[in-house]
Amino acid sequence: MTSNAYLVLAAILFTIGGAGVLLRRNAIVAFLSVELMLNASNLAFITAAHQWGTLTGQVVAFFVMVVAAAEVVVGLAIIVTVFRTRRSASVDESSLLRW
Amino acid sequence: MNVTQLFLPGAHAAAATSSTTGGTGNEVIFWICAVIAVAGALGLVLSRRAVHSALWIAMTMISLAVLYVAQQGIFVGIVQVVVYTGAIMMLFLFVLMIVGVDASDSLVETIKGQRWIAIVGSLGLGGLLVFGVADAFVQPPVGLTAANAAHGSNPRGIAIELFSNWVLVFEVTSALLITSAVGAMVLAHRERIFPKLSQRLQSQARVQSGRANQLPVPGVYARHNAVDTPAIRPDGTLAPSSVPAALQARGISRGLDTGDIDEVASGMAGAPSVVARGTGIESTSELTDATDGNDGEVQS
Amino acid sequence: MTAMLAHAANVSQTVPATGGFTLMWLLPALPALGAAVLLLSGRYSEKWGHWFAVFMAFASFGVGTYLFFDMLGKPSDGRSFTQHIYTWISSGTFHVDFAFRLDQLSMTFVLLVTGVGSLIHLYSVGYMAHDERRKRFFAYINLFVAAMLLLVLADNYLLLYVGWEGVGLASYLLVGFWQERPAAGVAAKKAFVVNRVGDFGLSLAIMLMFVTFGTVSFSGIDAGASHASNNAVTGIGLLLLLAACGKSAQVPLQSWILDAMEGPTPVSALIHAATMVTAGVYLIVRSNALFTLSGTARDFVIAVGIITLLFGAAIGLAKDDIKKALAGSTMSQIGYMILGAGLGPSGYAFAIFMLLMHGFYKATMFLGAGSVMHGMNDELDMRRFGGLYKFMKITSLGFIAGYLAIIGIPPFDGFFSKDKIIEVAFGQSWFVGIAAMFGAMLTAFYMTRMVAMTFFGEARWKDDAHPHESPAVMTVPIAILGVLSLVAGALLSINSAFVNWLTPVVGFSEPHLPVSSTAISITNVVLVVLTAVWAWFQYARRPVPVIAPDHVTPFTVAARNNLYGDTFNEATFMRPGQYLTRSLVWFDNRVIDGAVNGSAAIVGGSSGRLRRWQSGYVRSYALSIVVGTALVVAALLLVRI
Repeated sequence: MTSNAYLVLAAILFTIGGAGVLLRRNAIVAFLSVELMLNASNLAFITAAHQWGTLTGQVVAFFVMVVAAAEVVVGLAIIVTVFRTRRSASVDESSLLRW
Repeated sequence: MNVTQLFLPGAHAAAATSSTTGGTGNEVIFWICAVIAVAGALGLVLSRRAVHSALWIAMTMISLAVLYVAQQGIFVGIVQVVVYTGAIMMLFLFVLMIVGVDASDSLVETIKGQRWIAIVGSLGLGGLLVFGVADAFVQPPVGLTAANAAHGSNPRGIAIELFSNWVLVFEVTSALLITSAVGAMVLAHRERIFPKLSQRLQSQARVQSGRANQLPVPGVYARHNAVDTPAIRPDGTLAPSSVPAALQARGISRGLDTGDIDEVASGMAGAPSVVARGTGIESTSELTDATDGNDGEVQS
Repeated sequence: MTAMLAHAANVSQTVPATGGFTLMWLLPALPALGAAVLLLSGRYSEKWGHWFAVFMAFASFGVGTYLFFDMLGKPSDGRSFTQHIYTWISSGTFHVDFAFRLDQLSMTFVLLVTGVGSLIHLYSVGYMAHDERRKRFFAYINLFVAAMLLLVLADNYLLLYVGWEGVGLASYLLVGFWQERPAAGVAAKKAFVVNRVGDFGLSLAIMLMFVTFGTVSFSGIDAGASHASNNAVTGIGLLLLLAACGKSAQVPLQSWILDAMEGPTPVSALIHAATMVTAGVYLIVRSNALFTLSGTARDFVIAVGIITLLFGAAIGLAKDDIKKALAGSTMSQIGYMILGAGLGPSGYAFAIFMLLMHGFYKATMFLGAGSVMHGMNDELDMRRFGGLYKFMKITSLGFIAGYLAIIGIPPFDGFFSKDKIIEVAFGQSWFVGIAAMFGAMLTAFYMTRMVAMTFFGEARWKDDAHPHESPAVMTVPIAILGVLSLVAGALLSINSAFVNWLTPVVGFSEPHLPVSSTAISITNVVLVVLTAVWAWFQYARRPVPVIAPDHVTPFTVAARNNLYGDTFNEATFMRPGQYLTRSLVWFDNRVIDGAVNGSAAIVGGSSGRLRRWQSGYVRSYALSIVVGTALVVAALLLVRI
C-alpha cells in the first residue's frame, strides 16, 4: 500500500480541525481543533519520512510537537486571563477589533 | 489519476503485492486507526460539552501515535503519547476545570451565514487538499529500516540527527520554550490586592473572629471525601464552611445524602447520641450559631 | 503683370559702417536712454524729465541729420551701411546678429520718425502740461521712438520683430495712458490683441524664411530670393501682408485703430498717423525682393489696399468725433500706401513717398485737432465746433494746409504723392485705378466736411466753451508741419529726387499706363475739386444739426457702426471663443474634476462597503482565511492540471 492513504488521512483530519475552529464558539474547543490540525500535519511529516527513508521528517515532527507545547502553554494562559475578566470562554465575546 | 484512486486510495495500493514495511498487517492497522482517528476528530467537533471534546481528541492522538509507530517512527510515537496526550491534554483539562467542566455551547449560531459557509468552505478545502495529495507519492515507500539501523536504533538516529544537523533549531526552540513558560507565568499572575497576612496576623484574626480552631476539612464523614461534599457537624447538620469558597460561589456544593447517616445510625442503635457524648453541649443549635458566620474568611 | 525692371534693386552693396556712420547706433540709443532715465529715476526727474525727453528726441534727430548729409556725400550705389553690435543668436545653422543697417530707405524713416517725433515731443510739453503723470508719458513716447528706430534700422527680420513688438508695447502703454478711464484700458487691450494676430503672421513668416533661406537677414534674403520656390516666396509674402495688416490697421485687422483714439492726441498723431501704422508699409517695401517675385502676393496686397482705402473713407464720412474721423482717414491713406506697395517696382518708391508726405500732413491735422480740443475743453464732437477760424488762426491755417495736402491739390504734398499712386494704379488695371480715384473723391468729401464743420459755418458751441489759441509750444510744431505739408512734396519731386534717392534700394520701373499720366492727374484734380466744393456747400453753407440726425440711409448707419467691423469680429471670433472657453471650463469641472472626485468617491464608497467585512468575530476572520486558502490551493492545482 502506498503512503498516499496516510496523506489523505492527514488532509481529512486537517479539514475537520479547520471546521472545528470555524464552528465552535468555546475557546478551548477551538484551541483543541488547532491542535488537531497540528497533529494532522505531523502525520504528514512522518509519512514523508517513511516514504523517503530519512529521519528528517521525524525530527521536524518532533519540533512541531515542541512548538505546539509552547504554544499551548501561552494560549491557555491567555484564555485563562480573558476568562478571568470576562467570565466567559466564548471567542465571540472579544469582537471589538471591528469597523 | 482516475476516480477510484481519488476516493479509495487504498484501492490502488491493494493491487501491490508487498511493501517494504509489512504489507497487509500494516494495512489493517492503518484502516483501524484511521477510522478511530476520524471518529475522534468528528467527536471533537460535534460534542456539546468541552470535556468530551478533550477526551475525543485524546483518542485521536493515541491512534495517531499507533500510526507513527506503524511507520517505524517509534520515538515520535512514544513522544506523542507522553508529551502530547499526556502533558498537553492534561493542560487543557486543567484549564477546563478553571473555566467550568459543565461548560457547553448553545447550538444557536450567532454569526450570520457562518455555519453553512464554514461547512461548504471546509468541505471544499478538504476536497481540494485530498485531491492534491491523493497521488503525491508514486513510488513505494523506502521505509526507515535502514535509517533506523544506521545508528543502532530509532532514538539514537534521531538524537544524532537532532544534535548535528538541527542543533541550531534545537537551541532556538529551547529559547522558545523558556519564553513561553515565563510568558505563561506572567499572564497568569495575579497581583495581591491585600497584603499577605503573616502567621501572627492570621492567628490574631482568627482569635478575634471568635473561632480559634481550623475550618473543618470537607467530607470528613467516612462515606465521602469529595471537595464539594460538606462536612457533618456532631449534631448532624452540614458545615457549609468546609466546602471551598470557589465552589460555594458556584453553588456546586452537594447536599448530604441522609440515607448514609440513617444507615450508620441504625447500625449504632442503642449507642448514646453522638451529639451529647462528652461535649457538654445541650443542643446543636448553639453550635450552629457559634460556628457559622465565618465563611468569608478564606485565603486563596 | 510686372513691368520690366528698369532699374534693379541694389542687393549686394551693403558695406560695414565707417567714419561717421559708426554713430548710427546712437539713433535708437538716445531715446532709449531717455526712456530708461525717466522710468528709473522716480521722483527726482519730475521737474526736468519732459525736457530731457524732448532733448533726447532732438538729439537723435540731430544725429540723423548729420548722417543724412554724410550719406548724401556718398555715391548713390554706396549708401548702404551696416553696423554689427554683437552676435545675438548663434545656434547650429541659425545665426542672427544684433546689427543695424542704414540705407536710403531706413534713412528716410529715421528722419521722419525723429523729425516728426521731436516736434510732437515739443507739442506734448504743452498738451500734457496739466497732467500729473506727464513724465511717464514722455518716458513712453521716448520708448516708442527708440523701438520704432530699432524697427527701421534692423538688419534682419528678427531684430525688426523686436522693434515691431516694442512699438506695439508702446502703443498699448500710450493708448491706455489715462488708466482711470475703463474705455482707455479696453482700447489698449484691443489694439494689442488685434496686433497680435498680425504678429503671428510675422513670426510665421520669419520661421518660413529661415526654412527657405537659412537666414533671416535682409541681405541674405535679397540674395536668395530668386532661387527660392514660388510657393515659399508667395507664402512668406502673404504672411508679411498679414503682419502689415495688423500693424497698419488694414482690413481685416482694422478694428483697433478707431478705439485707439482714446489715447492722448499727441499719441494719435505720432503713433497712429505718422509712424507706427506705417511700419506695415515699411515691412512690405523692405521685402520688395520677395514681393517683386510673387505676383499672387502682390495681388493680395493690392486687394487689401483697395478694400481698406474705400473702407476707411466710408467710416470717415459718417463720424462726428474729429479724432475718429481722422483715424478713418488714416486707415484709408495707408490703404493707398499699401496699394502702392502692391503695385510692384513701379509703386514702391511712391508708397514711401506718400508715407513721408502723409506723415507731415496727417500729423499736422492731428496736432491741430488736439489744439482745437485743448481750446474747446476737450470737446470731440464736430457738431459742437464751427466758426473756430477767427479764434485759432494758426491752428486753423495749419489744419487747412494739411487738408489741402491730403486731398491732392497741386502743388501741395498730396498731389505729388497720392496722385502718383493713382496713376500707377491705372497701370495695373482700370478697375484698380478707378477705385483709387473714387477713394480720392471720398477723401476730398470727408476732409472738406471736417474742415467746414470745425472751422467755418456758424458756431455751435456748448455754453462753457471759450475757444482760444494754444500756447506757442503747441502752435509752433503745427506751423512747421503745416509748412512742410505744403512745400515738401514739390521740393522732393524736383528731378524725381526722392524716387532716385530710393531706387537703389527698392528698384523702379515705369508703369504702362492706358492713358497719359497727365490726363489722369487732371481728371483726378478736377473730380477732387468738384467734390470738395459740393461738400463745402453741404456743410459750410447749410446749417449743421447739433444732434446727429436719426433718419439716415442704411449706408450712414453702417458707417457710423464702423461698417460693422466690430460686429463681425464679435460674431466670428469673440462669441465662439467665449463659448469655447465656457465649454472647456464645463469640461474641466465635470469631466476632469468629475473623474478625479468620482474616483475618490468610488474609493470612499467601496471602502465604506468593504469595511463591513471586519465584523470583529475571530471565527468569521478564520472563515475568510479558510476560503482564501481553498482558492489558493485550487489555483495551485489548476496550474498542475
